[in-house]
Amino acid sequence: MSRIIGIDLGTTNSLVAYVDEATGLPRVIPDAEGRPLLPSVVAFTPDGIVVGEAARRQLARRPADTVYSVKRLMGRGHEDVKDEMRFLPFRIVPGEGLVKLAVGGREVTPPEVSAAVLKALKERAERHFGEPIEKAVVTVPAYFNDAQRQATKDAGRIAGLDVVRIVNEPTAASLAYGLQRLSEGVIAVYDLGGGTFDVSILRVKGGVFEVLATNGDTHLGGDDLDRVLALWLLEDIAVRHHAELDRDCVDLARDPEAMQELRLAAEAAKIRLSSEERTTLTIPFAGFTYRRDITRAELERLVEPLVTRTLGPCRRALGDAGLTPADIDEIVLVGGSTRVPLVRRRVQELFGKAPHSQLNPDEVVALGAAVQAHILAGGFTNMLLLDVTPLSLGIESLGGIVNVLIPRNTTIPTSAREMFTTSVDGQTLVDLHVVQGERELVKDCRSLGRFELRIDPMPAGMPKIEVTFLIDANGILQVQAKEQRSGKAASIEVKPTYGLSETEVEQMIEDSFTYAEADVATRMLIEARNEADTVLVHAGRALKQGADLVPAEERAAIEAAVAALRAARGGDDRERIHEATTAVNRATEHLAEVLMDAALKGALGSRRATEILGERT
Amino acid sequence: MLKQDYFSVFGLPRKLAIDTAELQRRFYALAREHHPDFHQAAPPEELARVEATSALVNTAYRTLRDPIARVDYLVRLEEGRTTREGAAEKPKAPPALLQEMFEIQEALAEAKTGALDAATRARLSAQREGLRARLKDEEARLGASLSARWDGAAPAERPAVLAALKEALATRAYLRTVIDDLAEALGEDEPSRREDKRVAHHRH
Repeated sequence: MSRIIGIDLGTTNSLVAYVDEATGLPRVIPDAEGRPLLPSVVAFTPDGIVVGEAARRQLARRPADTVYSVKRLMGRGHEDVKDEMRFLPFRIVPGEGLVKLAVGGREVTPPEVSAAVLKALKERAERHFGEPIEKAVVTVPAYFNDAQRQATKDAGRIAGLDVVRIVNEPTAASLAYGLQRLSEGVIAVYDLGGGTFDVSILRVKGGVFEVLATNGDTHLGGDDLDRVLALWLLEDIAVRHHAELDRDCVDLARDPEAMQELRLAAEAAKIRLSSEERTTLTIPFAGFTYRRDITRAELERLVEPLVTRTLGPCRRALGDAGLTPADIDEIVLVGGSTRVPLVRRRVQELFGKAPHSQLNPDEVVALGAAVQAHILAGGFTNMLLLDVTPLSLGIESLGGIVNVLIPRNTTIPTSAREMFTTSVDGQTLVDLHVVQGERELVKDCRSLGRFELRIDPMPAGMPKIEVTFLIDANGILQVQAKEQRSGKAASIEVKPTYGLSETEVEQMIEDSFTYAEADVATRMLIEARNEADTVLVHAGRALKQGADLVPAEERAAIEAAVAALRAARGGDDRERIHEATTAVNRATEHLAEVLMDAALKGALGSRRATEILGERT
Repeated sequence: MLKQDYFSVFGLPRKLAIDTAELQRRFYALAREHHPDFHQAAPPEELARVEATSALVNTAYRTLRDPIARVDYLVRLEEGRTTREGAAEKPKAPPALLQEMFEIQEALAEAKTGALDAATRARLSAQREGLRARLKDEEARLGASLSARWDGAAPAERPAVLAALKEALATRAYLRTVIDDLAEALGEDEPSRREDKRVAHHRH
């Protein structure tokens, strides 16, 4: 069997991992610079697509064309994302059904954006192994519905990957823990990621990982914590800097670049406050610089309601599993947001014991995906994962009421059979509307799609159509129908409510090949330009600060190198930009040393001064 | 295997007393044998068959693991109903509780038109607690004494036991519905609300 990689396709970051044959342990594949995380950011530039760190760096510069957190839009319709879009700087194409984004002068669907991320990871793995990779296990939030899972699978296909299994993130994490740390018993996995929250309760026994219940919220994660902090900062800025804002007639809330800066600063401050009690935020805006201190207690007051929202799903999962907090032997924390101390405290209070976090919460899902990939490739034969479907599956019946066929938390694969007949003589079409959700009315549930069964004409009530609804091991629905009198399989046309049709997916696969070559060249060019920009900023700052510290001819040499780089950066020649960048770096080497020395001396001097002052008082 | 009933899937007799630890052991063994994860290299038709078997094993385990679902399934099996059609018994009020149920229904109807006063709330809340205890008793009776009666019944006695099982299932369904309605009127979330609550099937 060919090699299968494990991919964690995250809201904020994505990773790729594999199981090392020699040690039997999963490992994350880093990029050329040794970074394990690939930011899930995709920039659509006039020249092509850029993914990852290079795209992340231009979030604030090109907010409208740089897509982040697209996972929150996967498999969703316009109605679902209305609230969300108020906070995202990119534009949605008006319409119905599946959401489309208007970025970089073209229209793209969320699966295409995710495909760009998957493709970057695929290429990373191919460089690592020196061979083509065609198969992957991809993780999704456990609480993802059928449309969101299908969208993830489509993204894989567009990226040239056969997604051989969709695995739930908390379950994947438990596999990674199971392989390395976990003893047998009942465990709770609390997974708070960038955009989604999941909780799963599992029984681990004799190599079997049986999920007993899962619950969650696909619209709750680190992004939301950043958002409440950013909105709070926005109010604070309005109060403190109203003079400058009025003077320049600026409305920050309507300025995508400023809002993006604010969001990124809020995210960075939130991260620092996980290890520090107090931090300083400095955000340069046009016309003024905003600076303030914020304490962990202040952040906790702001995010408390969000953290509390995760406890409801935990209690519901426990209830569905028929357990109480005391029955849980171990708690495993997954996802970057579980580094927030308040999250840890609340989880500990709910379950009455300290959670586990020995494995890196950013990497554990990818490691688990690699373990599942190894199981599928026949590598691990003693481990078995029995997962569940997170949401009840039903069909619309008379009066818009949902008739539940498969209740939530049913072990998958699972199937349900139903008999249908016709109500009119000669009727050849039977229309089934399939929904997912826990509410009693169709309108309150999520529409998955319509299945049209075509049968031969017969008198009303004569046909006996047996319809089998199967939820496969990916948590994805398959429908089969058979007319029992004739024994003929009924043809089924599937009309997904929020998905891509087969033709659309194929067109996208074709497009991705056309763009592929241009994309690689463009990405390298843009990365070179980004690098040049960074070096130019540093050189400019160094020249300003250290003009008097070096001889005039050295200054002139630096200025010449900078001018050459500016010229090269304006062109399309990546090699030339690269060389000019290196030249600037070399020319400023001495100046940088001189500045460092001066800074050190300055720091020592000022410390002495405060020490002396301290002694006097 | 696909044609087997849930009891024979696990090699068990058609009895209601089941050692759940042993059932779990057999389930894990069968799950391992038939899970699609271990048949990835199989041709599509073979994989589809494995998937169907795996689904059957999972459903069989889920049904037999739960003492009430087990009774519900047995009744269906004995009556020769193959689909879930009409699986749950029609909710039926236990005769001994008719008077109390009548009062509750009246209070519930009132609650729909206006807010509940404190005294009514307290009374409904107390009645709900009483009904919950009653439900627990009914479920215990189904899972223990009635189940034991079935297991010990001679073939000639079975129709009578089956009728008693159905009666108890109907009472249970009724109690659950009223408890849910009370929870709704009192503005409380009843987490088990959707389970087992079936509506009439729509025919096209």
